[in-house]
Amino acid sequence: MNRQHAAWLFLAPALLVLGVFFLLPVIAALALSLTDYDLYTLADIRNLRFVALGNYWALLQRPLFWSALGHTVYFVAVGVPLSMAASLGAALLLNSPLARAKPFFRTALFAPVVTTVVAVAVIWRYLFNTKYGMANFALGHLGIHPIDWLGDPHWAMPTIIAFAVWKNFGYNMIIFLAGLQAIPPDLYEAARIDGASPWRQFRHITLPMLAPTMLMVAILTVSGYFQLFAEPYVMTEGGPLQSTTSVLYLMYEEGFKWWNLGSASAVAFLLFIIMFAVTALMLRFSRRGGES
Amino acid sequence: MKHAGRSHRSLRAPSMRRSLVLAGVLLCAALSSACGRTPAAEQPLTFWTFGREGEAIVKLLPDFERAHPDIHVKVQQLPLTAAHQKLLTAFAGGSTPDMTQLGNTWLPEMVALHALQPLQARVDRSTVIEPDDYFASIWATNVIDGTLYGVPWYVDTRLLFYRKDLLKSAGFDAPPRDWAEWRRMLAALSDLQRHTYGVLLPTNEYEQLMSLALQQPDPLLRDGGRYGNFRSAGFKRALAFYVDTFRLHEAPAITNVEAGNPWLEFGRGVYAFYLSGPWNIGEFRSRLSAAQQDDWATAPLPGPEGPGAAVAGGSSLVIFRNSPHQQAAWTLIEYLSQPAVQQRFYDLLGDMPPRRASWTGGALRDDPKARAFRDQLERVKPTPPVPEWERIANEMQLVAAQAIAGQLTIDQAATEIDRRTDLILEKRRWVLDHPQPSAEGRR
Repeated sequence: MNRQHAAWLFLAPALLVLGVFFLLPVIAALALSLTDYDLYTLADIRNLRFVALGNYWALLQRPLFWSALGHTVYFVAVGVPLSMAASLGAALLLNSPLARAKPFFRTALFAPVVTTVVAVAVIWRYLFNTKYGMANFALGHLGIHPIDWLGDPHWAMPTIIAFAVWKNFGYNMIIFLAGLQAIPPDLYEAARIDGASPWRQFRHITLPMLAPTMLMVAILTVSGYFQLFAEPYVMTEGGPLQSTTSVLYLMYEEGFKWWNLGSASAVAFLLFIIMFAVTALMLRFSRRGGES
Repeated sequence: MKHAGRSHRSLRAPSMRRSLVLAGVLLCAALSSACGRTPAAEQPLTFWTFGREGEAIVKLLPDFERAHPDIHVKVQQLPLTAAHQKLLTAFAGGSTPDMTQLGNTWLPEMVALHALQPLQARVDRSTVIEPDDYFASIWATNVIDGTLYGVPWYVDTRLLFYRKDLLKSAGFDAPPRDWAEWRRMLAALSDLQRHTYGVLLPTNEYEQLMSLALQQPDPLLRDGGRYGNFRSAGFKRALAFYVDTFRLHEAPAITNVEAGNPWLEFGRGVYAFYLSGPWNIGEFRSRLSAAQQDDWATAPLPGPEGPGAAVAGGSSLVIFRNSPHQQAAWTLIEYLSQPAVQQRFYDLLGDMPPRRASWTGGALRDDPKARAFRDQLERVKPTPPVPEWERIANEMQLVAAQAIAGQLTIDQAATEIDRRTDLILEKRRWVLDHPQPSAEGRR
């Protein structure tokens, strides 16, 4: 047995698991997306029809798909920069030599990440209740009229973004913290001797040194945020007026509410294509930025 | 068992072979008698309920289990929002319960899946369940293509809750009987300046428009549920009446989310009419002050010409085809169909019984607020029995909301609903035109 055979042998268990539980379902879903698998097919498999790209074509003509995509892009475009800014800000605070009780704050800020979405979303629903919620109670003291956070189509998505950012920023904060600690302190020392202000140190040392970390965090967050589902599912059920229906929520409704698995698989692959394109663009953009 | 075999051999010492046979017979007897008992003890009758019915049913079950000690019922309560997908997933995974509560708009779907057991033979033999005693349209929602699949458990329809005092001060002594009269009252009771409206019709609920549409002679789908029939004169008339109510500012164009607390607003006189279902009798009793209890009443839904129809909603009890406990499930259905039990069910929950006998006694007989429902139930009409109906109704309402917002005319809206409906029904047409050799053979 040569080395290559041995290597494959060691890899075999992992490959087998990946193949059965990842590759096979993906291929099956791709096949499914080319059929009209639905309730009638569930009753009798002979009701299955091959529709080629029909599901994709029908989806591209559906206003609901485009509005769901619009809501998802809104969520990503506002949520990702906010989440990254919050993470970076928290990481800078924790990394500052002035900070006290670092382990406590590190744990406290990380805590939302490890809680379950559903349980926390229920709490947030209480906090943002129009009549009895703490958010409006606080606003009331400032003389601001109560806002229907989850019932008003204009406010529901911002509320969900705030929730998602609060829930997720701790994770990126830890990555940023590691990145900050890896920056050699002598760079700052040299800058201080040259008389650079804290802002210029941040602008010309911290940011460039963190660039690779930022790129990775951005890609991870974008791909995570494109898969928005649990937050609207628990907090608004896609409403009000479908203003928080994301692409993934649409897929869930198609697949598990109406049981149109063919069409639901097509939604999944369309989302995959979009996420793939966005990530590729981000990589290309950052590479060009790095060269110049 | 080994012990038993030996004792037999020592008894008369017959041939080895005979004693083995005897031992085998004994073993089988012992096992089968055990098997005969264990299903009751270890494999209870599983019964799925959705929403609040589950809480009430557990209070009715102790009496049932005392009368039938061999049946142990395991009630599993599912939240209503998850019920539909849970049923389909259970069917796909082969893990359906023995029996379930099933909304009668979901029944055609389960029948399309061949998931339910036909019940006509059992009803014919039953001494408890008399089909003639049930409200005819409610019973009919359980018959798909001539086969009976469920027994109505409770009924639901939509009618008018109205403020007697407000109507009286506007000069009307009785609730409206037809649309023209209703329109006059709506006009008299709406005031844009004072922010009062004749009626609340949340723009994201399809039941109200559907109730008006069902009052028309034209069916909502045509050709055996193959195409939408929303361009019919009848549906357009219903849609026009519905949309006009908003255009004339007799109803606010808001969703039920924005409406917030309709009971309180109804009590304050913001709305004089409220088009809703039986559960709101209880809501109004508990949410309005004692002094206001005489100010509100219920009335049958007015039709285009005289008292009209309304939707035949509600839930039925069904048995799944692959359940091993068919007889036990039927026994429970019979128990829950007794008028006395249905009256208790009403007391516990306010769910209205589907048989006339249950209305002749108990709290229902003398309740003036329930009387309009009793009257209305004789005139209810079922929704089209196609699995896609709920989806079609959703689309109908989305388009109607656009018409309310002024984006579409009545004709355009009707055409658009038909277009969307025909798209949804495409697969159904194909399946109906390509009949498969009976699905029974598949199993």
